[in-house]
Amino acid sequence: MVSLKTELCGIELDNPLIPASGTFGFGYEFAEIYDINCLGSFSFKGTTKDARFGNPTPRIAECENSMINSVGLQNPGVENVIKNELPKLRRCFNKPVMANVSGFSVEDYVYTVEKLDKEECIGWFEINVSCPNVHGGGMSFGTSPEAAAEVTRAVRRVTKKPLIVKLSPNVTDIVSIARACEEAGADGISLINTLLGMKIDLKTKKPVIANKMGGFSGPAIKPVAIRMVYQVYEAVKIPIVGGGGIATAEDVIEMMLAGASAVQVGAQNLVDPFACPKIIENLPRVMEKYGIKNLKDIIGGAH
Amino acid sequence: MKDVLFTIKSNEKIAKNTYEMVLLGDTEGIKAGAFVNLKLDGFFLRRPISVCEVEGNALTLIYKVVGNGTEKMSQMTKGKKIWTLTGLGNGYDLSKSGNRPLLVGGGAGVPPMYELCKELTREGKSPAVILGFGSLDEVFYENEFKALGADTYVTTVDGTYGTKGFVTDAFDMVDYTYVYTCGPEPMLKAVYNKSVTSGQFSFEERMGCGFGACMGCSCKTKYGNKRICKDGPVLEKEEIIW
Repeated sequence: MVSLKTELCGIELDNPLIPASGTFGFGYEFAEIYDINCLGSFSFKGTTKDARFGNPTPRIAECENSMINSVGLQNPGVENVIKNELPKLRRCFNKPVMANVSGFSVEDYVYTVEKLDKEECIGWFEINVSCPNVHGGGMSFGTSPEAAAEVTRAVRRVTKKPLIVKLSPNVTDIVSIARACEEAGADGISLINTLLGMKIDLKTKKPVIANKMGGFSGPAIKPVAIRMVYQVYEAVKIPIVGGGGIATAEDVIEMMLAGASAVQVGAQNLVDPFACPKIIENLPRVMEKYGIKNLKDIIGGAH
Repeated sequence: MKDVLFTIKSNEKIAKNTYEMVLLGDTEGIKAGAFVNLKLDGFFLRRPISVCEVEGNALTLIYKVVGNGTEKMSQMTKGKKIWTLTGLGNGYDLSKSGNRPLLVGGGAGVPPMYELCKELTREGKSPAVILGFGSLDEVFYENEFKALGADTYVTTVDGTYGTKGFVTDAFDMVDYTYVYTCGPEPMLKAVYNKSVTSGQFSFEERMGCGFGACMGCSCKTKYGNKRICKDGPVLEKEEIIW
């Protein structure tokens, strides 16, 4: 009998599978087709202070074994999330959920986390620092150790729940940013967010995405994610949520060997809405094949 | 929504760049104006294709070759199996049609009109149909609509068949109680402006998932933000913002 159990910032998970923010809504679309309580948890749709329509369409482009999205954090705003989305989420999911929060200023992040902090269903905050800082010339918070640490410190003051910072891979030194977040009080690191990408249509000779660039994700980016999780695992003591191109039970094991305590599945949910339950079902067989009894024991095993 | 393994019964060219694929499998929950999402080998995202007809365990799709995915589809042969998400999209609401609904399809927007026409006819309604194409070699399904008993008018932009011009140039030939339409956005807008009754308009957008999770195909309406894949693809005339 194998064990899929793992732990993230003091909260036990039945298995390491966490659908990634932006690919799972607030859970209830998926709850129509399977019991989402089979998941370890899930990270809900990126929530901001104010409602956002997001970017113009087309927002989606297909690439080889991957895709580009430029949704632009469409969400109804934190008040509506609390009023309309979380009640529906609670009806279909009875485990702690991960609250993904975005902002365009430090004050935005603090406002949104403070509002959500009272919600008992939230187990962890996942702070997305890939957004542009409107007061910082539009540079992403996640591209400098100082800015990422500033957001972490500010949010740390308003919540006692585990605080996980989700890092952007579009940086020269992911390790220094992860360390800065750890020092600023983060309880965990989530990586990677999407890579910045572009696709050009040969017929129109223009970018496919209306916003020209977008977040590149899917199995094609997995080696980048594995490498970054491996590097960050060596540099920090706090747990890592690893994600980027995860599509199979084998991928989950590889990510945990690199150093992840829990594993996110993103783009694959869009291609196969049953991707996560399939991976959970396959994990015991694949673990046995590779002689793994407890999934928890292999975290960072590649080091 | 279900992920169903269909088997290709036939896949034939029926007009320029246009193919008719008949799939056999579990068709439960597939309705007029809805779509299915096909997983093709070698492609990451699925291909959303509108429902042309559903009869027993047979699902008919008509698609135009517009890119690598539909090119690959056009080469598939009998017996090939395709994982397909079904039960996607809101579909048309037949209850508002009145006795003489007008069905307007343009190009790749013609196929959804067929199942709709069939169901309306079954309900005892007398639909009129306008089918718009670019040129004679693109025309398909005119006889199939006529066989359902629908008054059918064809327009071609270059005048090589039927009425010369756009679908809206045939509007004056028919009286109607309601409009159902699907086609390229400029055509939908022209129908919106020309039609004198209420109606339902089916939109197309690049999709990520096709079932409402990714927010890839959102649009603004007078009733708030909607996802073309889940809250659409059919929108009511009164809610559309151009």
